[in-house]
Amino acid sequence: MKSWLTTTDHKRIGLLYFWTAFGFFMIGGLEALIIRAQLVRPDGGLGVSAETFNQLFTMHGTTMVFLALMPLSAAFFNYIIPLQIGARDVAFPRLNAFSYWVFLLGGLFLNASFVAGPLFGADRLSVAPDAGWFGYANLTSRQFSPGPNVDFWLLGLQILGIASLAAGFNFVVTILNMRAPGMRMLRLPPFTWMTLITQFLVITAFPVITVALVLLMFDRFFGTHFFLPAGGGDPILWQHLFWMFGHPEVYILILPAMGIISEVLPTFSKKPLFGYTVVVYSGVVIAFLGWSVWSHHMFSTGLGPIADSVFAGTTMLIAIPTGVKIFNWIGTLWGGQIRFTTSLLFAVGFIAMFIIGGLSGVTHASAPSDLQQTDTYYVVAHIHYVLFGGTILGLFSGIYYWWPKMTGRFLSERMGKVHFWLTLIGMNLAFFPMHFSGLLGMPRRIYTYSADLGVARFNQLSTIGAFLIGIATLVFFWNLLRTRRRPSNAPANPWGGATLEWAISSPPPVYNFTVIPTVTSRLPLWQTERHAPMAPLPDRPPAPIHVPGGSWWPMITAFGLPIIAIGALAHLIPIVLAGAAVVIVGIYRWAYEPFEM
Amino acid sequence: MLRGAVYFDAVPLVLALLLLFLTACSGQFPQSVFEPRSDFSTELAGLFTNIFWWAVGVFVIVETLLLIAIARYRARPGAAEPKPVHGHTALEIGWTLAPALILVFIAVPTMRTIFATAGQAPEGALRVEVIGHQWWWEYRYPTLNISAYNELHLPVATPIQVEMTSADVIHSFWVPRLGGKRDLIQGRTNRIAFRADSTGEYWGQCAEFCGASHANMRLRVFVQSDSAFQRWVDQERAAPATPAKGSPAEAGLQVFRRSACIGCHTIAGVAQGKIGPDLSHVGGRATIAGALFPNTSETLHRWIMNAPSLKPGALMPPQNLSPQDLDAVVAYLQSLK
Repeated sequence: MKSWLTTTDHKRIGLLYFWTAFGFFMIGGLEALIIRAQLVRPDGGLGVSAETFNQLFTMHGTTMVFLALMPLSAAFFNYIIPLQIGARDVAFPRLNAFSYWVFLLGGLFLNASFVAGPLFGADRLSVAPDAGWFGYANLTSRQFSPGPNVDFWLLGLQILGIASLAAGFNFVVTILNMRAPGMRMLRLPPFTWMTLITQFLVITAFPVITVALVLLMFDRFFGTHFFLPAGGGDPILWQHLFWMFGHPEVYILILPAMGIISEVLPTFSKKPLFGYTVVVYSGVVIAFLGWSVWSHHMFSTGLGPIADSVFAGTTMLIAIPTGVKIFNWIGTLWGGQIRFTTSLLFAVGFIAMFIIGGLSGVTHASAPSDLQQTDTYYVVAHIHYVLFGGTILGLFSGIYYWWPKMTGRFLSERMGKVHFWLTLIGMNLAFFPMHFSGLLGMPRRIYTYSADLGVARFNQLSTIGAFLIGIATLVFFWNLLRTRRRPSNAPANPWGGATLEWAISSPPPVYNFTVIPTVTSRLPLWQTERHAPMAPLPDRPPAPIHVPGGSWWPMITAFGLPIIAIGALAHLIPIVLAGAAVVIVGIYRWAYEPFEM
Repeated sequence: MLRGAVYFDAVPLVLALLLLFLTACSGQFPQSVFEPRSDFSTELAGLFTNIFWWAVGVFVIVETLLLIAIARYRARPGAAEPKPVHGHTALEIGWTLAPALILVFIAVPTMRTIFATAGQAPEGALRVEVIGHQWWWEYRYPTLNISAYNELHLPVATPIQVEMTSADVIHSFWVPRLGGKRDLIQGRTNRIAFRADSTGEYWGQCAEFCGASHANMRLRVFVQSDSAFQRWVDQERAAPATPAKGSPAEAGLQVFRRSACIGCHTIAGVAQGKIGPDLSHVGGRATIAGALFPNTSETLHRWIMNAPSLKPGALMPPQNLSPQDLDAVVAYLQSLK
């Protein structure tokens, strides 16, 4: 127990990230199922109140983006990146532990809002965030949202932003500086490349939302008017700031999954990634273009024809590098010897579904066309084809691929296939009809709709699909749990992968590599035309390897942040100061902690 | 060989066909974007259709390539190791240029439509101001000197210049069959322009999440012939009906005068409240409560007794009226044609 609380081992932190994020994924999924159940009938549905419904969709979006998808990717960053680059750990192991604890506590803080009502003299299920996951001003002002709901949201996101930023810097430094000898940049595995790009997006995009949230906090706590037109401010400023963060955030969510399938497809096709350098550079291009498209979320706000044209154009440009990636993945499969493992099925599912999300994205990119689609169920369909059909299928592919490496145990392939087909059918049944609901006039974020709109049938299909996804996820959960009772018999390289994580035992020893390998090829474990496979590493370390002990200080420092947030929420300055003291003492003790413990 | 493989795209394809079929044989869709009835919405529908067919083409080509790849290259026992192909420069150039070329065919009509639908009506258009409130709509006709609430009346085949703003949070005015949505933002004026081609009743609702009753902020647009529109204008300009002595409506007027109603509602010559919609001609409307319910005696009773239970967050408090008083008020409101 203590060893898990104080751990600085990237592999343990990776598993902590995984289980925590998976827990939040289940909570976010449950919220989605209640939403879908309510919408199964028009005119009042199953009786979920408007106030509860608004909290559910706000928390569903916030949870899935910040507490499930980003940290599930982080689980792989943590576990896999040091192994793929031939390192013993990340550059700053204690900072890594700090990131995890801040993420966990931030997530708990946000979700505590569901039960915190009585503390504010209100019912349960009445003070959770309820202004939507992008919290548009001026609905978020004290005037229109007087309760603590929006405070929970903005303070929770501030806490989570600290976790993301700390992890972002950590992984940029790790990938740039901790590479094994010979691991040149263009020998990095594609997953590591996409992670590096993602972390650059994190460290450039998160400061923008941090600033936006600080301004919102000032508006709500100290009576400023940054976003309030009545006081000379501008609610559209919030939209610009949020989406300047929010659009790169979409690529923060999708690039890691693209990286994962760029590992899975070559392994199970027995062919190198087709067009490796093009795939890498198109990732870089996507990240750069991702910074120039934010206002395509705002076509209905009346930006004027010049701005609409520019943002429509830049958005369409993104289709080019994205298309290039898809063609290269198909090129990787072409001519291979494809083994249809669950991991590969999910990777192919990613390509098949992401194409649909990408194409509906082009209809959004066309600003006038988007005026009939934005804020309707059509855009809900689009985001779910991208983030479920893309990111989540990609993450599942990665879990089936790396689970034997992470635990030494195989997931059941039979249950995995049940999981895959149920998920694929469920997601299409849930999300495809939403294109129709939206184009037939159903706005998003409504707890009830008129039977006369004619969209009840489509909503019923969506609800059935959502529950199929729910069943599929339970199958997957059971599959995960039962591996604990399975023999730990995974070999070092069960799938015949080419990258360094497969050169060491499953699970790897605490020090990872007995000897830091020297890399001479992009595919170190494969025979290629010019390179023989890397010689196996010795079974035992030839010299003792120093492994740093654990530390309590990252966790203690992390605890200071929710204390500050609770103080702010309750308007109690002494609690804020106490939390700040915990952070300062924590950092001080952390800085002067001796190396040996 | 194909087992497993074909199912990948069979799932969404079968669904798409099934849904198209369902749509084709279903009833009416009053908020559908597929039945445009104005120059604005027709432009948008044409653009969408154009992009849609390009997307279908790309979808079919790419998904077919994917299916062929996974069907043809399934691992077979004893097969030779695959050739370790690392890439192909000509292919890379080709599949970079091909999407770029398609995008030109999408971008050009997009830009053209952006400028064609930029929201400037020609000279002489009828000006309508739309003001969003949590959770109802106020319309002003500055040149006609009248106002309307939740139900917008417009003359057919006449250019309309809509100018929008909000009294509180951001809302979005959306009547799919007449045009694309546009946000209502406090402190700003946004514009759309359109000309409805045919008379009829068109449905719409707020599209930007605006708080508790966002789902209940609906609206109707009645596009009328010139003469019908003129009759409606004359009716709105007239003073509200005065109930006959001794009628139930007359009793209702007295109840209205001494109740909380006057604090929030205007009835010309009776009350001057500004918080809720003007009720001077409420009896002539087809719907009440933000186009949420048909305007009947039954719905008016329920609404006056307990508005927040029907529309969460509504500012109008439950009215503690005796059954007789309630009947009288309803009779009075219905008399205000």
